[in-house]
Amino acid sequence: MTILAILIFYIFINNWILVKFLGLCPFIGVSKNSENALGMGMALTFVTAITSVLTWAVYHGLLVPFHLEYLETLAFILVIASTVQFVEMVIRKISPPLYKALGIYLPLITTNCVVLGIALINIDQKFNALESFFAGLASGLGFTLAIILMSNIRERLDYKPVPGSFRGMPIAFISAGLMALAFKGFDASMLTNLHLPALS
Amino acid sequence: MSEQELSCHTMNMEMPMDQGNGTEAKGKAGKIKEFTKGFLKENPTFIIVLGLCPTLSVSTQVSNGLGMGLAATFVLFFSNVIISSLRKVIPDSIHIPAYIVIISTLVTLIQMYLQAYMPALDEALGVYLPLIVVNCIILGRAEAFAKYNTVEDSALDGLGMGLGLTMNLVLISLIREVLGHGTITLFATKNWDGVIHVPLFGKYPVSVMVASAGALLLMGYLMPLFKALVDKVEAKK
Repeated sequence: MTILAILIFYIFINNWILVKFLGLCPFIGVSKNSENALGMGMALTFVTAITSVLTWAVYHGLLVPFHLEYLETLAFILVIASTVQFVEMVIRKISPPLYKALGIYLPLITTNCVVLGIALINIDQKFNALESFFAGLASGLGFTLAIILMSNIRERLDYKPVPGSFRGMPIAFISAGLMALAFKGFDASMLTNLHLPALS
Repeated sequence: MSEQELSCHTMNMEMPMDQGNGTEAKGKAGKIKEFTKGFLKENPTFIIVLGLCPTLSVSTQVSNGLGMGLAATFVLFFSNVIISSLRKVIPDSIHIPAYIVIISTLVTLIQMYLQAYMPALDEALGVYLPLIVVNCIILGRAEAFAKYNTVEDSALDGLGMGLGLTMNLVLISLIREVLGHGTITLFATKNWDGVIHVPLFGKYPVSVMVASAGALLLMGYLMPLFKALVDKVEAKK
């Protein structure tokens, strides 16, 4: 039940982009067409799910026994950077088509706030390994949902008469703002209504 | 995909990125330009559009905006100084991991300082404080400027960019807080709670401004405004 709550919470209620503004740079930068948006979303989901478990293991297996909790930021970013590099190499070897689809987005993910953000949140929320995995997965899916919606909106905006100075990024921000308003509809009380454990 | 793109999230590729002119000595006017470009011409938020996550998320209160801006300025200044003084030592093939280690060490330092001396601000900034590590503006400046320029120029660039970012944060949080709550929250002292009440706005708050949607909408309106301002200033020259 907690896992279902985590999925709903991080995909809809606490959508990282539209509610918490994590990962806004790729959201605006890579959302010009829906194909790239899907690729970026998939690559990110893949990475957040893996790194959530790995950073959890590093924190509880390495930092806590040696009382080095204050090094979590430094340790996590290193774990994330090396995981991304490793995943890239593995995918290139095992599945060239998948590499072709996700490859170019992988290096961008190292500096994506969502990946480090969810790693830190997992520790903050005292999730266990399985819950961390699903929190990471859900964060990635939430990102994918938002970026696909955004890219569809932007593809249509290309054909609309937008005032000159608003063309490009400003109108994208305004559309994102309106989307964020719509996402306000997903309230934390949704979990209570579904009889699921509450999260914050 | 080149590393330049990696650090800057592909989004500022159409923007002109000033890489300075190497290690050549610059005149006094050049030095001043390195400092001031962060405010208008290469404003990190509105023109280069980097480092948005903390800018939009913590800007619900002026005090948070100011705190975040100053913390980022600290990191930006020292990371630029350290990276530019090590620019001949760090091998090119591993420069990104090396930069990340330098930056996250600085962020850990400021996090520990805030936890010790300003726990309220640390609480308010929450997860966004450690996330300065992945703030693209810091890695972006290291990659685009400190890598090629002298320590002195990089220090000025870091300070200018940081203060420019602080200015943006204060501007955005001022608009959001005044419209959304009708207050201006500054740091509390012993005999003052640090909150200025703005008459009229407190009575009819525009609550969408303090919600996440308000930040995105405001950003959409401020960007063209800023662009127009910069064009005007440039035309005057």
